[in-house]
Amino acid sequence: MILQRFLTRLLTMAVTLFGVAVVVFVVIRIAPGDPIAMMLPPGASQADIDRLRALYGLDKSIVEQFFIWLAGVLHGDFGTSISLRQDVLGLVMNRLPATLELSIVALLIAVAVGGVLAVIGARERGTAVEAGIDVANGAALSIPDFLWGLAFILVFGVLWPVFEISGRVSPRLELPFVTQFYLFESIFRLRFDLTKDLLSHMFMPALALALPLAAIIAQLLKQSLKELLSLDYVVLARVKGFSETQVILREALKNAALPTLTLVGVQFTFLIGGTVIVERLFSYEGLGNMAIDAVINRDLPLIQGIVLVFALLFVLINLAVDMLYAVLNPRLRHG
Amino acid sequence: MADARTAKTSNARIWLAGGWLLVALLATIFAPLLAPQDPLAQDLLYERLPPFWMQGAEPGFWLGTDSLGRDLLSRIIYGGRVAFLVAFAAAAAACIVGSALGLAAGYFGGWTDRVVSRIVDIWMAFPPVLFAILLVAVLGTGLSSVIIAIAVIDWTRFCRVVRAEAMGQARMDYVESARIAGFGRFDIMLKEVLPNVLPAIVALLSLEMGIAVIVEAILSFVNLSISTDDPTWGGIIAEGRLSIHQAWWVLVFPLVTLFLTVLSFSQFGEGLKARFDPVLR
Amino acid sequence: MIPALEISGLSATLANGARVLRSVSLTVEPGEVRALVGESGAGKSMIGKAVLGVLPPSVRIAEGRIGLEGTDLGDLSAKARRALIGAKTALIPQDPLTALNPSRRIGPQTTDRLTKILGWDGTRADARIRQLLDEVQIRDPERVLRSYPHELSGGMRQRVLIAAAFAAEPRLIVADEPTTALDVTVQKQILRLIAALQREHGTAILFVTHDLGVVAKISQKVTVLYAGKVVEEADTPALFADPKHPYTRALMAATPKYTDPFASLKPVDEAVLAGLATEIAAADRDWRAPHG
Repeated sequence: MILQRFLTRLLTMAVTLFGVAVVVFVVIRIAPGDPIAMMLPPGASQADIDRLRALYGLDKSIVEQFFIWLAGVLHGDFGTSISLRQDVLGLVMNRLPATLELSIVALLIAVAVGGVLAVIGARERGTAVEAGIDVANGAALSIPDFLWGLAFILVFGVLWPVFEISGRVSPRLELPFVTQFYLFESIFRLRFDLTKDLLSHMFMPALALALPLAAIIAQLLKQSLKELLSLDYVVLARVKGFSETQVILREALKNAALPTLTLVGVQFTFLIGGTVIVERLFSYEGLGNMAIDAVINRDLPLIQGIVLVFALLFVLINLAVDMLYAVLNPRLRHG
Repeated sequence: MADARTAKTSNARIWLAGGWLLVALLATIFAPLLAPQDPLAQDLLYERLPPFWMQGAEPGFWLGTDSLGRDLLSRIIYGGRVAFLVAFAAAAAACIVGSALGLAAGYFGGWTDRVVSRIVDIWMAFPPVLFAILLVAVLGTGLSSVIIAIAVIDWTRFCRVVRAEAMGQARMDYVESARIAGFGRFDIMLKEVLPNVLPAIVALLSLEMGIAVIVEAILSFVNLSISTDDPTWGGIIAEGRLSIHQAWWVLVFPLVTLFLTVLSFSQFGEGLKARFDPVLR
Repeated sequence: MIPALEISGLSATLANGARVLRSVSLTVEPGEVRALVGESGAGKSMIGKAVLGVLPPSVRIAEGRIGLEGTDLGDLSAKARRALIGAKTALIPQDPLTALNPSRRIGPQTTDRLTKILGWDGTRADARIRQLLDEVQIRDPERVLRSYPHELSGGMRQRVLIAAAFAAEPRLIVADEPTTALDVTVQKQILRLIAALQREHGTAILFVTHDLGVVAKISQKVTVLYAGKVVEEADTPALFADPKHPYTRALMAATPKYTDPFASLKPVDEAVLAGLATEIAAADRDWRAPHG
C-alpha cells in the first residue's frame, strides 16, 4: 500500500517538475532584454552576436530550445551560466548546501520553539499563560520573515550587537572544509570555534525564517494536544500517577504531532522559499542570493537551474513528509 | 461566555487594525497636503538629520533625513501611495483570477478541477519571492509589472480556499434544489455559491493586501519595483539597511510603518472572518 | 480496620452552580466489592472520577472528604495526591477501544506504571505483566505485548486493561462500567475474570454500573444513587431480597429478568421519580441556605 502511494506520488512529482520547467522557460523567453547584447562590449558586430547566440543555443525556436535544454537536464547538464561562465550545476551545488544548512537550522528552531510553546500552552490551558502564547503566535504569524529579519538586524546587529549581520562566515578565518556543508562539517571535525562563528552568522536569518513556522506549529500542536487531553487513555495515564507534563509528553505528543507533521511539510517549503530574500538581507552566500543576482543579470541558464532545484527540493520535501506520515501512523502501516 | 469574549476581541481587532489602515490611507491620499517637505528634494547640508527629539534636529524634518538630505516623513507618506495602490490592485487581481478558477474547479469538478489543481501544484513548487522577482525582471520595472507579478504568484491562495468552499457548497441541498428549479449552472454558481464563499474571500482579500505590501517592499528592496527616484517603503528600507550604523532612523521608521500596516491587514482580515464566518460564530 | 476508600459528605457542582453530587457518603472495606448503581446521569461515574482525581475541569468539589486507606486526599499537595493515587489505585475503564493509546505498543503501555511510577526494573515488570496476562487467560502474551491496540479485539483489550489494573497490586480499583461497551457474550467472561482476579488478589473494588444483574453477580455491598444522592445502601443479598427505597424497587421492576431476556426495558415508575424530585429539591434548599 505504501509502495503504491509512493509510485503515484513520484508520477505527480514528475508532472509538477515538468510544468515548472515549462513555465520558467516560457516566462524567461518572453523577456524583452537581450542577455547576449549585455555580455558583449559596445560596438560588437552582428556576426559576433549571432555567433554567441548560436553558442548558447538562443538562435533556435523556443520549443527546440526547451527540448535541447530538457535533454541536457536529464543527463545532468544544466548549461553554462552566461554571467559567471561556469557550469550551472556546479554553481548550484556549490551554493545549495549553504541554503540547506540555513533552512534546517531554521526548521530546528521552529520545531523546538513551537513544540515547547505548544506543550506549555496545553498544560496551562484556559489560563493567562495560554492567552499570552496565543497573542504571541498571532503576531509571529502576521509578520513575514523579511520584516523579522530587518527587526533583528536593528536589535541584534545595532542596538545590542551580539550576532553577525552579514555573510556566512568571517572572512579572516581559515576554512579546512572539503564540502560546502560548513556547519555540519565543523561539528563533524570538532572545530567548534568555526561552528560558533557560523552559527553567529546564521542565527538571525534562521530565527527570522523560523518565527512564522514556530507560531504555526505552536498553534496547531497545542490545539491537537488539547483535543487529546480529554481522551480515555490520557485519563488512564493520569490515574497511573503521571504528572500533567509527563502525560502530555508520553501519551499525547506523538499522536498530536502526526496531523501537525503534514502541515509542517508544506510550511517548510514556504520557509525555504523565504530564504531567497532573507539571504539577500543578510548577504548570506546561498542559493537565493545567487538567484537574485542571476535575475538582475538576466542569466537565463542559471535562473532555470536554480528555480528547478528549488522546485525539486519542494516536491521532495512533500514526498518525504507524505511517506513519513505513512510510516509513523501504525494504522496505515499495518493496513 | 467564551463566545462573548471572542466577539469582543475580534471587534477590538477590527477597530484597531481598521483605524490604523484608515489613518495611513488618508495620509497617503492627502500626501501633498500633509507631507512637510518635497520627498524628492535633496539637500546635502541637511544630510542624516536625526528625528525631532534628538540633538541636531531641524524643525520641519520631524523624523530626520536620509543620506541625501531628503525628509524621511515625507518619503514614508509618499511611499504609502505605492504600497496602498499595489495592495488594492494586486489583491483584487489575484482575487478575481483565483476565485474564478477556484469556483470553476470546485463547482464543475472532473477535468476542470484536475487541470486547475495541477496548475496550482506547479505554482506551489515555485519559491514565490523568486518568482515575483523573475516576473518583474522580465516585464520591466514599473507599477503595473509589480501588480501583475503579485497577482500571478498569489492567485493560488484564493483558488485553493474558494475551491474547497465551493466543493462543499456544491453538494449542499440548496444548490441541488436551485438546479431542480431549472437554473443554469452559471446562474447557480453566481447566485448560490458565491455569496456563501464571500466571507472567506473578504478575509483572504485583506490578508492578501498585507502580503502585496510586503512583496512590493521586497521588490523595491532589491531595486526592482518602480523607478528608483520615487519613494517606496522597501526602497527607503534598503537605504536604511546600508546606513544603519550612521542613521538608524532611516531603517526604523519605515520598518515600523510596514510592521503596523502588514499586521493591521492580517488582523483586520482575521477579525472579519471571526465575525462573519457562520461556522465560527 | 482502615477502609480502602472512605467518602463522606461529598458534594460537587458544575461551573453554573448546578449540583451533580449531593452529600454522598460511602465506604469500601479492604477486599470488598461495592457496587455503585444508578441510571445514567446519576453521578456514579463522577464519584469514581473524584476518587481518582480526574474530574473534568467543569466539575468542582464543593465539600466533603475522600480518604484512601486513611489518608485524606484534600490534605495533600497536587503532586503528592497524584503519587498516592498512582500507588494505591487503578482504573478499569468503560470503553477498551478508547482507553489504550493507539500509537503505543501494549507492552510499554501496561508496564509504564510499574517502571516509571513505582520504580520497578524492566525484567520484573515484564514478568509481572506476563503473569497477569496469564491470569486473564491471554495465551500468547508475546504477540499481545508487541501489538498495537488496533490489532486486538475489544474483549482482548479489556483483558489487557484488567491485567494492567491488577499488576501493581493496588489497594482499590475503580471499575467504571467495564462491560458496557462490550458484546453480550464477552460481557459475561469479563465479569467472571474480574471476579476471579478480585478474589485471588483480595483487591477492594468500587464497581460502577447501571445494571442490577451485574450488581447481583459481583458485589457484596450496594449503594443506589439517584440524581447525585445516595437513596439506599445495603448488603447485596439483602437489597435484592427486600429493597427498602421506592426508587430501588422501581429500578428493579424496570430491569428485565435474565429468565426472560426478550422483555423490554421498562421505564422507572414516574410517580416514584416525582416523589424523589421533591425530596431532592428540599435537600438542595437546605444545602444552599448556609452558603447563601
